[in-house]
Amino acid sequence: MEETKYNFDVVRWFAIMAVVYLVVGTLVGTYIASELAWPFLNFDIAEITFGRLRPLHTNAVIFAFGGCTLFATGFYSVQRTGSTSLWSPKMAWFTFWGWNLIIVAAVITLPLGITQSKEYAELEWPIDLAIAVVWLSFGLNFIMTVAKRKTSHIYVSNWFFMGMFVMITYLHVVNSLAIPVSLFKSYSVFSGVQDAMIQWWWGHNAVGFYLTAGFLGIMYYFVPKQANRPVFSYRLSVLHFWALMFGYVWLGAHHLQYTALPDWTGSLGAAVSLAMIIPSWGGAINGMMTLSGAWDKLREDYILRFMIMSLAFYAMSTFEGPVMSSKTVNALSHYTDWTVGHVHSGALGWVAMVSAGALYHLVEKLWNTKMYSAKLVNVHFWTSTIGTVVYITAMWVSGIMQGLMWRDYDEFGTLTYTFAESVAAMHPYYAMRAIGGMIFWLGGAIMLFNVIMTIRQASAQRSSSAAAATA
Amino acid sequence: MADKIYSTKLQDTAERNVFVMFVMLMILLSVGGLVEIVPLFYLDDTMEHNKHPEIVWQGNVPLSQRKPISVANFKVGDSVTWNPGDGVRPYTALEQAGRDVFVREGCYLCHSQMIRPFRDEAERYGHYSLASESMYDHPFQWGSKRTGPDLARVGGKYSNEWHFQHLMGPRTVVPESVMPNYPWLAENTVDGKALKKHLEGLRMVGVPYTDADIAAAEKVDGVREVDALIAYLQVLGTMADLKEGVDYRE
Repeated sequence: MEETKYNFDVVRWFAIMAVVYLVVGTLVGTYIASELAWPFLNFDIAEITFGRLRPLHTNAVIFAFGGCTLFATGFYSVQRTGSTSLWSPKMAWFTFWGWNLIIVAAVITLPLGITQSKEYAELEWPIDLAIAVVWLSFGLNFIMTVAKRKTSHIYVSNWFFMGMFVMITYLHVVNSLAIPVSLFKSYSVFSGVQDAMIQWWWGHNAVGFYLTAGFLGIMYYFVPKQANRPVFSYRLSVLHFWALMFGYVWLGAHHLQYTALPDWTGSLGAAVSLAMIIPSWGGAINGMMTLSGAWDKLREDYILRFMIMSLAFYAMSTFEGPVMSSKTVNALSHYTDWTVGHVHSGALGWVAMVSAGALYHLVEKLWNTKMYSAKLVNVHFWTSTIGTVVYITAMWVSGIMQGLMWRDYDEFGTLTYTFAESVAAMHPYYAMRAIGGMIFWLGGAIMLFNVIMTIRQASAQRSSSAAAATA
Repeated sequence: MADKIYSTKLQDTAERNVFVMFVMLMILLSVGGLVEIVPLFYLDDTMEHNKHPEIVWQGNVPLSQRKPISVANFKVGDSVTWNPGDGVRPYTALEQAGRDVFVREGCYLCHSQMIRPFRDEAERYGHYSLASESMYDHPFQWGSKRTGPDLARVGGKYSNEWHFQHLMGPRTVVPESVMPNYPWLAENTVDGKALKKHLEGLRMVGVPYTDADIAAAEKVDGVREVDALIAYLQVLGTMADLKEGVDYRE
């Protein structure tokens, strides 16, 4: 009966592709991490060198995995919270095929070195145009579906999805402004300091809106659903929503402290960054406290475990961020692996884990079954947690060590270490990071197996019950 | 019950009308970017050459009066009308070809080009970087990570032969290095016609190239990519002659 009311087919495909891209994206990440530990892995092949694969890794995890997760959960929750079908199911399919073609284009062009060199916005101008069109198709469909909802108020998860949509549209359009010189090459219309500021306005808000606001939208729908409890505080959700929307936009400048960016801009970014801990923790508390009175569910509900652990990582990461943006810490941490570790505590611990929780929930609902193996969900939970902890611990140690070695002076007042010595000192931590990544990747592979088996089991059940009905 | 207001009137309106919420978001989300980015385009303090014009080479002279930048062969000095220290200038055709390679290979992912005003960075890399030094950089290459050392002032620090050896096999000269080998750079050559289009594109986004500068692109045709890249590396940080004790930034 549900099938006639909601459009879930496109959601199913987005969910499946999200799991596939989780495995692919983290595999590329693990490979490039290994290249830094064991450089022979570059094999003198241009297409697989670190410099060309790293953009592929970031694009695969952010846009392929993150994007498909957002579209699956967004198209699902907007229908459920509004008790209505999609405004245009056809347009949702356009979004699906368009987005996947963009991913294919990224997989081909990035290893060939076709890049605009703006981090997380490397794709060249024809693909940028395609992203804009497909992104708008998602946003329009989402907003029109909200508009035709049957409920009186718009549920909080949809606020976050809409905030993400508006901001990412701004960022993508402005940061990608470029003059094409050929089909595969263009030059940014901005230069130097302005280009840098616009890039990091994009860079931090790709994190702040795509990977935070969007995934908070996921959290606000899926945590209460999985826990079967209402959101802890409506008032808190209103306050932290508007504070987050207003505040996050300012943070990009903290990536450029002590650079040639004027001091006022960097300091402004850092000051707002410090304040951002309040709305960030507002969201984390609202999610976690939704479980108050039902903490015992964590004992057997492995899907809920993912969600709660992700909120713990979110809280940790949004504490670490403001600390790193303060000038004293930033002087040490900038340019080091600490930044990479910080990104991954957010990306692995928060984004990937809340996604895994939401996707498991989705698979059970969409195929109307239980997961093939609850035990494997638990194994995935532990590999994710352990992999993330190993990864970020390695990066804390190597990052802080790098920062300290670079600025260390001996008793004669000369620099103690050459740069090469600091590189050599990183080796054990780079190896440890690669292993952490491998453990995390293994969890993703287990998830993919579990999801495939669940879908097969569901279709087997359906055909056997259909056979029973006709018999 | 559906009429009850649980929060403020404005919030309730936004929660009932998606278009109200949409417009509120559009306004709210534009503020931070406008305040932080727009002033960078017109505040004089942003670019140091507004106070210290000597940082920029002939940039203030009308294009028609400017001498063309000759194709600096990577033996710097050959028929060059500009000398290191004369001030920041657009990249020559050869250097720009090298810069395109730098971008293509993703060098910026491991090498920054932005020296911060700290004692250790001054000793390790040189004078802190100025905004004016990357005024012709489309796109900027400041980077965000130092897996390898900063390159903002690498120009002139090593010989061309060292760079060649290092690009072909980094561990033959720096045993601790984790950089990939780039043997294909010695095989690939620069396409002069494409490069000409690149320079024309750069002129469109504001780099003050003369026709002669752009015509020089054809002379670079057939040069090995590695030589173009070395020409680019050798000019990094050598353009402006920055004096000790001058406060270029507040």
